[in-house]
Amino acid sequence: MIPEAGTGALLVALVLALYGATAAAIGGRRGRPALIESAQHAALGVFALITAGVLLLVYAFLTFDFSVRYVANNTNLGTPFYYRITSLWGALEGSIVLWAWMLSIYTLIVILRHRTSARELYPWALSVMLSVMAFFLLVMTVAAPVFARLTPVPGDGRGLNPLLEDSGMITHPVALYLGFTGFTVPFAFAVAALITGRVGDFWITTTRRWTIVAWYFLSLGLLIGGWWSYHVLGWGGYWAWDPVENAAFMPWLTGTALLHSVMIQERRRMLRLWNIALVMLTFGLTLFGTFLTRSGVIASVHAFSQGSIGIFFLSFLALVVLAGLGLIALRWDALAAQGELDSVVSRESAFLLNNVLLVAATFTVFFGTVFPLLAEAVRDTKVSVGAPFFNQVNVPLFLALIFLMGVGPLIAWRRASLENLRRNFLMPVLVGIVAAAVIRLLGVSSILAVVSLALTVFVAATIGVDLTRATRARLKMGEPALPALGGLLLRHNRRYGGFIVHFAILVVCVGVTGSQAWSVHTETTLKRGEETALGGYTIRFDGLRESQESNHGKVTGTFTVVNGGRAAGTVLEPAKKFYPQEQSPIAYVDYRLGLLDDIYLVLGDFARDGTSATVKFQVNRMVSWIWIGGLVLTLGTVLAILPERRRTS
Amino acid sequence: MKRAWRWLLPLAAVPVLALLAYGFRLNPREIPSPLVGRPAAPFALTSFDGAKLDLASLHGRVVVLNFWASWCYPACYEEAPVLERGWRAYRDRGVTVLGVDIQDKDEAGRKFVQDFSLSFPNAPDPGGKVSVDYGIYGVPETFFIDRQGAIRVKHVSALTDQIFKDTVERLLAEPAPPR
Repeated sequence: MIPEAGTGALLVALVLALYGATAAAIGGRRGRPALIESAQHAALGVFALITAGVLLLVYAFLTFDFSVRYVANNTNLGTPFYYRITSLWGALEGSIVLWAWMLSIYTLIVILRHRTSARELYPWALSVMLSVMAFFLLVMTVAAPVFARLTPVPGDGRGLNPLLEDSGMITHPVALYLGFTGFTVPFAFAVAALITGRVGDFWITTTRRWTIVAWYFLSLGLLIGGWWSYHVLGWGGYWAWDPVENAAFMPWLTGTALLHSVMIQERRRMLRLWNIALVMLTFGLTLFGTFLTRSGVIASVHAFSQGSIGIFFLSFLALVVLAGLGLIALRWDALAAQGELDSVVSRESAFLLNNVLLVAATFTVFFGTVFPLLAEAVRDTKVSVGAPFFNQVNVPLFLALIFLMGVGPLIAWRRASLENLRRNFLMPVLVGIVAAAVIRLLGVSSILAVVSLALTVFVAATIGVDLTRATRARLKMGEPALPALGGLLLRHNRRYGGFIVHFAILVVCVGVTGSQAWSVHTETTLKRGEETALGGYTIRFDGLRESQESNHGKVTGTFTVVNGGRAAGTVLEPAKKFYPQEQSPIAYVDYRLGLLDDIYLVLGDFARDGTSATVKFQVNRMVSWIWIGGLVLTLGTVLAILPERRRTS
Repeated sequence: MKRAWRWLLPLAAVPVLALLAYGFRLNPREIPSPLVGRPAAPFALTSFDGAKLDLASLHGRVVVLNFWASWCYPACYEEAPVLERGWRAYRDRGVTVLGVDIQDKDEAGRKFVQDFSLSFPNAPDPGGKVSVDYGIYGVPETFFIDRQGAIRVKHVSALTDQIFKDTVERLLAEPAPPR
């Protein structure tokens, strides 16, 4: 009964979405408010029906309804309660449901916010959003039907992929998909601008906040993904340049470029063509990401399934890319009319360079990701492109970007005078140079680490210069120090929100640099009671114990940190979990996080009688900074999207 | 910019899309197995009915060695009837189908054999030794072993009647080894 009700709801939603998309387009073309209103009702209906679908699916999971194939594939009788809910997006079919559901929520918010404020563009934007919606509903009902039946009904399900039984499972996909789907809104408005021919700056100002929100969720999704990888997968890293990581990273790069280039358009009316192309590219890359994850075209640890879904996504991707670029070509003349750069030494050119570097990084990542496919097409050989390639080409680009992060916000618009440069940059540059010398003297031998950290200090100093100068100006007017700073942040929230986000990126950068440069690891076999030392810490192996959990067996090793300052006395219990449905045991990592060092243990082979065990012992440096950066990023974003107060003051 | 030029923009996307479309022709899971062409690793298992299954005793017959599991929907479920049909059609012509149930619960495996009324021998692989020897990456995977005892074909994902028939006929057409 449930599968039929679910399928029915989704089919009706599909029809409604198609109707709404058409009605909104006709309403926009003929200027008929009644039709647009009807499209709005359709969007509301779509939201209600998908919500019903989600609830039915959750109900099927909670009641172990194994007659639904998706439920049988992703749970078994031992799956704990909350993972039965998150199993909803544990595999392909359900992820699409989650995606569509979020898109329907975004659509509702667009209706609420913009139905009166953006009359010209709104009907078309609504039509585009409902069309995208219709595509996902088509996938949900035809290509990857989530409510497909399973016969014969098995007595027990297969169970969720054990790696997905983690708290990251609750947040990582949700954040990532909120980011992915969020970019649909700027895309919809860009297409609306192209269709109506109103390619001016209105659509940019309308969607600025949307872009920030989508970008923020995407950043958060990436960071949580890193955290997940770090504490679940047991290789001690947070980023592997896996195709699917790249798939999420590429729209992040172009989205970051967009956040910056729209400022130039807002201020100088330049880059119209570029911005609209960036929006298309970003949205196209979110689809490409899903295509890559779900089609199985490129081998990846994330590639869960194969099937006809790839063809659906590729066709839609082709439609979006060709139609989008075609519309741009059509409106070329209106888009190309724009201002010119006054000087190479100006904020415009700093932002432009930032954009060029970000897009270059996107292309290298794209190239590296699809290269195996290209190699097989041209040379018929299987190759894989590994982290060394991506690091080698991207690290210099990212270092240059960090440098620009210091320059961009402070350099003058149009043409920077020598006085402007001296006033803003003399001190930060000196501080950066001194920092480089100090770091070198402290014994850091890696040139890359020295450069990266010195650049970080330089950028932090530029932020410091700006903040102290602005606060001082307020102090002169008689305000006390803290309220002066607070008032500054709130009144110029967009500028200082941006600064805080920059600061967050610096914190992440320090974490990445530190962990890459100074982490150490070893793998050793210990007898019970034996000790081993690494990077200033000594651990002792105290024995093994066996236990049976609800859906797996578990062997836990006990290790005590016997030497290492505040960490001494910590007991770590890495384990191996044996799931009946998996080929090989799953490692359960145990760790002690610290601001500077993480102690990180992975249990390897062991003697069955518990007399000895092999352990992978890592001391990872400064990884926590990456997660702290994520928190700072959240603060900055919230500040940046608050309504601006400057004008009312 | 000249009128015609600007249409290069959408055109530029075509090769990329074509490359991605080409990707559908490939199966990334199909990693060339180093075992093809080599003698099949010997094993002895006890079937669900308690009978001894020894690969060595099947020398001179074509062996279709299939790795499956009861939790493997839908591929193993699609494949089970194919294997059963193949076994019935070819058992008297010198072909043996062997099923190895890996990483499974005993009852679930037995139920699977019962549900599909499989009459060819099926055995659990306790400890996973056989699946490790054959480098199993996922289920289902099937090895076709010729009458000399060498692995000739490795098939990843569900078998079809056509593949079963074609491969087995080809191996049967080869001369039998001297006794």
